[in-house]
Amino acid sequence: MKLPIYLDYSATTPIDPRVAEKMIQCMTPDGNFGNPASRSHAFGWHAEEAVEEARKNVAALVNCDPREIVWTSGATESDNLAIKGAAQFYQKKGKHIITCKTEHKAVLDTCRQLERDGFEVTYLAPETNGLIDLKKLEAAIRDDTILISIMHVNNEIGVIQDIEAIGEMTRPRKIIFHVDAAQSAGKVAIDLQKAKVDLMSFSAHKIYGPKGMGALFVRRKPRIRLEAQMHGGGHERGMRSGTLATHQIVGMGEAFRIAKEEMATENERFRALRDRLLNGFKDMEEVYINGDMEHRITGNLNISFNYVEGESLLMALKDLAISSGSACTSASLEPSYVLRALGRDDELAHSSLRFTIGRFTTEEEIDYTIEQVRKNVDKLRELSPLWDMYKDGIDLKSIQWAAH
Amino acid sequence: MAYSEKVLEHYENPRNVGTMDKDDNHVGTGMVGAPACGDVMKLQIKVNDDGVIEDAKFKTYGCGSAIASSSLLTEWVKGKTLEEAGQIKNTEIAEELALPPVKIHCSVLAEDAIKAAIDDYQTKKK
Repeated sequence: MKLPIYLDYSATTPIDPRVAEKMIQCMTPDGNFGNPASRSHAFGWHAEEAVEEARKNVAALVNCDPREIVWTSGATESDNLAIKGAAQFYQKKGKHIITCKTEHKAVLDTCRQLERDGFEVTYLAPETNGLIDLKKLEAAIRDDTILISIMHVNNEIGVIQDIEAIGEMTRPRKIIFHVDAAQSAGKVAIDLQKAKVDLMSFSAHKIYGPKGMGALFVRRKPRIRLEAQMHGGGHERGMRSGTLATHQIVGMGEAFRIAKEEMATENERFRALRDRLLNGFKDMEEVYINGDMEHRITGNLNISFNYVEGESLLMALKDLAISSGSACTSASLEPSYVLRALGRDDELAHSSLRFTIGRFTTEEEIDYTIEQVRKNVDKLRELSPLWDMYKDGIDLKSIQWAAH
Repeated sequence: MAYSEKVLEHYENPRNVGTMDKDDNHVGTGMVGAPACGDVMKLQIKVNDDGVIEDAKFKTYGCGSAIASSSLLTEWVKGKTLEEAGQIKNTEIAEELALPPVKIHCSVLAEDAIKAAIDDYQTKKK
């Protein structure tokens, strides 16, 4: 077993060696290095073929038409293009947008920018399990609502929103529905023939493809129009100019092809590993799972060890690559906005760890993780005055703490 | 985030972890911070009749820098008079542990903790 152990697959994944192999074939003088936009020679034609093959593979995973896939530099760009592009194009119809407080910053900050540009945004609070109450969503819809943006799977807690049900709400009202699927593609079955989603963002590096590569699904029927955010040579039907990065695109295509083939068996394996991890903590006191366990991707476990601060725990777990919702891991000093939006007490947010399991995780690694976490939680609780108070039966909420 | 050697050393081997009887007249207890902010420090000092701190114990809920700050503080206050201990500045702690700007509040908390412990002891004496 090699240390440190990587359990942060929601942050990024390594490129699958099969993907890397394909990418390398599109770089060097002997390879398929041409500009896919070159129409006058075989280098261009071959590159274009590879790009279109990749487009088919991406489309196949989510059951859409390849012509509905627009290449981008990543899910952040896809989110920007979808939200700004749709808002700008349809602003004459209305200027109201609905999203959720637990969205990725690529959606939230894009919405903030639109607010500065005169749009009005409703940020829905999720329920305590991280899921959106569809009735509350419906109640937030107004006559001037033009766009709803809801992520499929949350990056921190892994919960899966019911995008099919939301699509049933938006389509009859002719509201554009954007879904950030960066964390769901390849992990949850997506059928864009069924789900009435109009725009969907994808990332390559979350499913063993290269970083710096993504795609946006733009529905053709009914046709969704976007104001381009990147102007130039008119690539990608004018929606996103810029020379296509053949090797990156081929990498994303191969990653999506493998995901389609292996998703079902992989999910079974992840579930077993995740349950093994969770079972390893079951008999510990004051352990809380963040987010719904049923509507959740198999590879995610977000858990709070009460009375232990997350960053100090991460420091102790130096052989584990995991992340914490504690403020201290970032420069902001605010604990995870996602956990706060669930109504979690700040101390529980500060005590949270996110484990994300992936393609190369082994049972042995999970067992080692359990052992390390248990040992260090115990050690830090021995150091914690809050643990003492809990053991003495003192209600921490009864104490007047001085916020600082 | 990269930690300094000294923070790591205190974190790995925290000094003077423990609890004293808070009802003992020779013991002063200071508890500062808030769970919601991600750090709580409890510092206890045992003071002899000459006003010298004979022993110090701490427990801290917080990041590595908070734990290191309190551990260091217990080392520093031992053998000092109350007056001397009350003059320890957060900047000295921050400097000794090479805390980055985002962790300065940990050293501030440590300074607050010793002041609170001294206050508690003196209130008891009255």
